[in-house]
Amino acid sequence: MQGARSLPEWPGWIAGLFLAGFLTLPMAAVLWHAGGGSAPQPADWAALRFTVLQALYSAGLSVLLAIPVARALSRRQFRGRALLLALMGAPFILPVIVAILGLLAVFGRAGWLNQILAALSLPELQIYGMHGVVLAHVFFNLPLATRMILQGWQAVPGERFRLAASLGMGRAMVFRVIEWPMLRGVAPGAFAVIFAICLSSFAVALVLGGGPRATTLELAIYQAFRFDFDLGRAAMLAGIQLALVALATALALRFGGVVQGLAGGQGRPALRPEAAHPLLRLWDGALIALVAAFLLAPLLAVVLRGAPALLALPGPVWKAALVSLAVALAATGLSMGMACALAITALRRTGLELLAIGGLALSPLVVGTGAFLLLNPWTNPTALALPVTVVVNAVMALPFALRLILPRLRQIEATQGRLADSLGLRGLARLRWLIWPQLKPALGFAAGLAAALSMGDLGVIALFSDPQHATLPLQVLRLMGAYKTEAAAGAGLLLLLCSFGLFWLFDRGGRHAAA
Amino acid sequence: MKHLALATGLFAASTAMAADKPILTVYTYDSFVSDWGPGPAVETAFEETCGCDLQFVGAGDGAALLARLRLEGGRSSADVVLGLDTNLMAAATETGLFAPHGVQADLSLPIAWDDPLFLPFDWGYFAFVKNADLPAPSNFRALAESDLKIIIQDPRSSTPGLGLVMWVKAAYGDQAGEIWQELADNIVSVTPGWSEAYGLFLEGEADMVLSYTTSPAYHLIAESDASKAAAAFDEGHYMQVELAAKLASSDQGALADDFMRFMLGDAFQSIIPTTNWMYPAKTPSTGLPDGFDTLITPAKSLLLSPEQAGALRDDAIAEWRNALAR
Amino acid sequence: MLQLDHVHIALGGFTLGADFTVQSGAKLALIGPSGAGKSTLLAAIAGFQPLASGRILWQGQPLHNQPPAARPVSILFQDNNLFGHLTLAQNLGLGLRPALRHSAAEHQQIDAALTRVGLAGMGARRPADLSGGQQSRAALARVLLQRRPLLLLDEPFAALGPGLRAEMLDLVAELTTGAAITLIMVTHAPEDALRLCPISTLVANGQAHAPVETGALFETPPPALRAYLGRSTP
Repeated sequence: MQGARSLPEWPGWIAGLFLAGFLTLPMAAVLWHAGGGSAPQPADWAALRFTVLQALYSAGLSVLLAIPVARALSRRQFRGRALLLALMGAPFILPVIVAILGLLAVFGRAGWLNQILAALSLPELQIYGMHGVVLAHVFFNLPLATRMILQGWQAVPGERFRLAASLGMGRAMVFRVIEWPMLRGVAPGAFAVIFAICLSSFAVALVLGGGPRATTLELAIYQAFRFDFDLGRAAMLAGIQLALVALATALALRFGGVVQGLAGGQGRPALRPEAAHPLLRLWDGALIALVAAFLLAPLLAVVLRGAPALLALPGPVWKAALVSLAVALAATGLSMGMACALAITALRRTGLELLAIGGLALSPLVVGTGAFLLLNPWTNPTALALPVTVVVNAVMALPFALRLILPRLRQIEATQGRLADSLGLRGLARLRWLIWPQLKPALGFAAGLAAALSMGDLGVIALFSDPQHATLPLQVLRLMGAYKTEAAAGAGLLLLLCSFGLFWLFDRGGRHAAA
Repeated sequence: MKHLALATGLFAASTAMAADKPILTVYTYDSFVSDWGPGPAVETAFEETCGCDLQFVGAGDGAALLARLRLEGGRSSADVVLGLDTNLMAAATETGLFAPHGVQADLSLPIAWDDPLFLPFDWGYFAFVKNADLPAPSNFRALAESDLKIIIQDPRSSTPGLGLVMWVKAAYGDQAGEIWQELADNIVSVTPGWSEAYGLFLEGEADMVLSYTTSPAYHLIAESDASKAAAAFDEGHYMQVELAAKLASSDQGALADDFMRFMLGDAFQSIIPTTNWMYPAKTPSTGLPDGFDTLITPAKSLLLSPEQAGALRDDAIAEWRNALAR
Repeated sequence: MLQLDHVHIALGGFTLGADFTVQSGAKLALIGPSGAGKSTLLAAIAGFQPLASGRILWQGQPLHNQPPAARPVSILFQDNNLFGHLTLAQNLGLGLRPALRHSAAEHQQIDAALTRVGLAGMGARRPADLSGGQQSRAALARVLLQRRPLLLLDEPFAALGPGLRAEMLDLVAELTTGAAITLIMVTHAPEDALRLCPISTLVANGQAHAPVETGALFETPPPALRAYLGRSTP
């Protein structure tokens, strides 16, 4: 209790206030400009139904698949395990359009899979439809779910598995006694996060859904705003989206207990006597290989498509890469600052964690429009396009950063807080000597994720676009819009390399410095 | 100067330019200002003669452009808007934000044009683009009966998508819903925008994609690739006419008038075909670039009047959605 | 003099009362069954456990509203007494002041403290490089540097073997006697109490009883202590 007060709470309150403002003010500005909300139309309710349904399927399947994958990874040590875990994170940080093209190169009508099927005279596989939407969302989110659940497995002390073995427990008993209680704590949190991410899906759902059946809330917002210029309806729909995410998170926190972080996966697996059977080893190996192929094949397609054009990319693309790097670094700094401030305050006020999850529910269109309305009376919003992008990207990365930092901070304070208190380690000294050295790996991982997410996100820049300051994702879209598909593929690969490079540098920096 | 602005990363062209020249602000859609669009060349050409600083501000696409102007209302810093189209004209006129252009020009459009507020700067026909060696259907009914797979855009988020819905409506009227039901099994995917659809088509995801009759010209001219062609439909092809207009609130009225005239001159119009890949609104004296002569020329041009388009739009989209949502 | 003045602690359904005085320089053992509240009482004195009512006074001054570091108290827990990511010298330095850069004079103090507990020259090592006994010694060395008049031990040596534990208790005796330090120590083992503490307090049934002479307590244990010790007579 005393421990938390040894660190200042006011930065967390400021960050929380800023965040609350950021989540609600743009929406309020849009509502105010519209002169009030207006009722959703019948088609919007259909969109809501589809949105919730596809998010439920996607999150459910991602978590269900992640459980055996995480278990296999938790009990097997093999060469390249760390690299595989790092690469598995790549789909999550891939820009949507690049990822869609990668997925289609593998699963599409003319994709690798269908080429193989055709060579074997087997019927063609159809990717478009609800199952395509779910497949794509699983592609994006399975790595995230696996990381979160793997973290749960690794948090179980190795002694417990050894104790279970000495008591003669079989696999079923180990699952009931050790693994199931752990999963009950971890899985709901993973489900909620992925559910929230899938709620705001737009392009993936539409393209792979194959038609207006696959209309999501975000598209309905788009339509209300651009077509009908019904700002009130757009804001109402964005509000519904936010409420859904809040509900899902609250339920997860209620039923899932403490939400685990998504760090780790780097540690050595515990010795697992109950899983030593050769058949089981084969099963785990096959499962890991299958998932690796599922996740890595589309990445390979992105690399193969982009490689020929990479070195011949036009100058504006390199310039945009620099702009994106600057935006990503600024967003990372802001996101980490806010995450640390919030985490310290959230040690005692758990509600703040809920607030940060709101970042997942942001509708770029409504935030962008709201920010425009708020800024327009004072200054030229186009001039602030990049700063607004930085803030939006930082807020969107915040839920992930907080999930990484908070559990570790809790652990540090729980085990060493009293000792630090009794020695009078407070404020800056406490941060410098107690928290920083031990939190560094989690911070590095969080910063890497934030940087990569920011790098790949189109964000609100497209709404304010300013010829001088295009970001790399925007240039990819522009190249595609100018028929330059090959250059776009090259720029997409550059984006992937930048995202992954940033992630790798931060993550490694955090772990290296801690060693 | 541009590098300085880039380095500081904050304040865009609006603050960075010399103060002694008058500034003309033109709002346009994003792909116009991109490094591969007409924007940079147009800026250079106009600034050579105007003694001014031409500044483009990009905002999404045509619909986003109009939305932005409506948000800003009379306080907009725009002097000219470039990139609305006939589908947006009714709504745009209703805002009362625009001033008459007063330009008398002999346009090269296949239709008569006499709107006092909006002036075309380029135009094109929507068409399904395919590989040249694919035997193509010659109308929507034949397409619906074939096994060909097509990719279209969502009319709620994309200009070509809306163009297609209007195309079917203009050609088939009350039977449009029926046509859509028959087309449903041909449609592989509906994308949010043109770029995704065209990208998917080039990846081999479909036999045809909704684009423009001028699209094959890009492949022919820029890539020396004659493998793409547009399918000619005997119902006629729906037109897209891209428009510019002067803002009533502009404080650079004379300069804006200059720009509207410049827009229909050779310098501007000769940039359009190979950057925007559309037909120039007034064919320049040098004619069209080589390669444009290989494109199909529809026998019949379809275009609903802005009033008709505005009145039919919501019902036509509902028809489309109901037919495809089954 | 430490006064526990009608102290009452409430933790969920658990309550603990204490109302007694400990003279300066005394060495007091807290003994009693698991879960009786021995550690909770130490936590209250150290400032980690708020009081439901009552006061804690040191030399007549109220303590119970002060933050832990402001109290004249040094404490060793059952474990986590050293920061694993810091060197021994850094860990000890934290006893002087909450910073990790120290003056030459301070380094001399740190070295002297290490020497006094038998760890001379080991300042650059990290806790993980030391044995359990050495870690305990290092923690005691930091207590020395803290120079607080009240030392609380919450079974810091419980994980050590009997020989090593005895050695540590002797070290504690050696370090505290000369410095007029008041010691309060939680223990499970009567021999530890007999070895180091002339007086003992029985904590049982929601009450920390007034201290009595340790030998006498074990000679004629009250029923609660007898049940805990598991024998009828010593």
